[in-house]
Amino acid sequence: MKKKNSAGRIVLYVILITAAVMTIYPFLWMVSASFKPLKEIVGGNMKLISENMSLDNYKYILGRSSLFPKWFFNSFIVALIGTTVNVFINTMAGYSLSRLSFPGRDQIYHALLVLMMVPAQVLLIPNYLILQKMGLLDTYAALVLPSAANIGNIFLMRQFFMNFPKEVEEAASIDGLGRYGRFFRICMPLARPTIATQAIFVFMGFWNEFTKSMLYIKTASKYTLTLGLQSFQSQNAGTMWHQVMAAACISVFPIIIIYLIFNKYFLVGVRMDGEK
Amino acid sequence: MVFVWRGIMENVKKNKRQYSGFEKKEHQQGYLFLTPAIIILTIFIGLSVFYVVYLSFHKVNLFTKEYTFVGLQNYKRVLTDHIARIGLMNTLKFSLVVVPVQTVLALIISSVLNSNIKGKYFFRTVYFLPTLTSSSALTLIFMFMFNVSGPINKLLIDANLVSRGINFLQEPEFALKVIMMMNIWSTIPMYTTMYLASLQDLPASMYEAAEIDGAGSLKKFWYITIPYLKPITTYVLLTSVIGTLQMFDQAYIFSNGSGGPENSTLTVSLMIYRYAFGTQNAMGYAATLAIILAAIIMLISRLAEKANGEERVY
Repeated sequence: MKKKNSAGRIVLYVILITAAVMTIYPFLWMVSASFKPLKEIVGGNMKLISENMSLDNYKYILGRSSLFPKWFFNSFIVALIGTTVNVFINTMAGYSLSRLSFPGRDQIYHALLVLMMVPAQVLLIPNYLILQKMGLLDTYAALVLPSAANIGNIFLMRQFFMNFPKEVEEAASIDGLGRYGRFFRICMPLARPTIATQAIFVFMGFWNEFTKSMLYIKTASKYTLTLGLQSFQSQNAGTMWHQVMAAACISVFPIIIIYLIFNKYFLVGVRMDGEK
Repeated sequence: MVFVWRGIMENVKKNKRQYSGFEKKEHQQGYLFLTPAIIILTIFIGLSVFYVVYLSFHKVNLFTKEYTFVGLQNYKRVLTDHIARIGLMNTLKFSLVVVPVQTVLALIISSVLNSNIKGKYFFRTVYFLPTLTSSSALTLIFMFMFNVSGPINKLLIDANLVSRGINFLQEPEFALKVIMMMNIWSTIPMYTTMYLASLQDLPASMYEAAEIDGAGSLKKFWYITIPYLKPITTYVLLTSVIGTLQMFDQAYIFSNGSGGPENSTLTVSLMIYRYAFGTQNAMGYAATLAIILAAIIMLISRLAEKANGEERVY
């Protein structure tokens, strides 16, 4: 019985390790190719580590003649502003829907449930025309504004404030804080863990966004990183793999860092193990 | 939005009594806190839905900004459009391969992760990596791996399976298959997560009872885990179908927006994009196709919601 068990155990590990290798290998290839000269990548050297590795590819794409640093900066600004705006708008709306009572609150809640069902594809064309009429095409506002509120996150914050003890606010009210003071100085700071979860996923959404940037941004110097990567690849007709891979590495890096630092917040949304 | 307004008005009528000053203040604050969200969502979702329906009854010239009413012509055109048929066939082919494969793999990985093994945390972290990566970086990594002189071809040559590198990216026979692999690879973590959430609620006593009856691991998997996961599997399948129907980024980047080679990577979403913003300049027709796609997606997600009780698909 014991023996059979350990044999089964080995099978389980084989499955897990195979899946892990298949998952991680493309990333290893990307990292490895980003340090190698083109000749070696296309020459068929399959080793991940070689003596010809250098920082040349990175020096080239981060160099003066390259738009790459600008794209990186653009993505960062758009993601940062987008996340900040989202956090305030969603948290305020969630607070209002759970903590304040006013006529029509339930109807608004149900309307949001209906709006949430609308698939993104159907909005692409009208949003483009609306932004065009507003004169916002080819500006960062076109990337931020349509995604400035998120119904899923409004509901997340609503849920949080429904379980948030009323006494805390009442105590602050006795101390003379008004509604706005209570919201910004008591409620928002206490909602930090939930806000962090929201912020991480919103930031990741903005950072990895491709379709909107591709549709709305036309000037090369205004590209976001994802769009820049794509244009870089298509311009070079798929020949400059060493530089494309270095660029891809830099684009993935910040999110991996965020993931490693804020791992516990990712776990709030996604718990993959059976523990806890 | 109309029924919301009506709801508010009814509420106002119902509550004939006067609100106190304190209550009125709270109402104002309630609306004020909601205003930014309502403005954004009304314009970019609410209004946009009416706009796209309006567009679908018109012929739109994006350059001259001329709108001509054409009635149901756009809807009739769908039936005879051979490009639409290609897009639909590609998407169907894509779904038929991707959906079952990713569901089965996610089921296996989650079940193994849920069993009592060491290094769970490590494996979980590794499996999550594709989810963090942007579609453009992912697509470029796969295009690099599958290019004529790339690592995959090198492996095939070394194993004597082929004599010369295959041009995976430019051969119509292979292009969609590479995107399929890429999509399976990058979305498995999401479905694994869904399964794990459900597996957490599986009572250990069920396994214990089976063990007393002498059931081995495979039997337990087949007779307990799989039947237990049936509702969530329906949900995963439908979510996966919706995901494949919406697939756009990967096909766009792979073909540089053309749907090529020879329309082999032209998915429904990419086709809509090409009609709206490409040289055809057929935004009204593209809006019609988008509405039809949205209707299909909403129908499937209703089914998925039923399968999973309350939880929403997107």
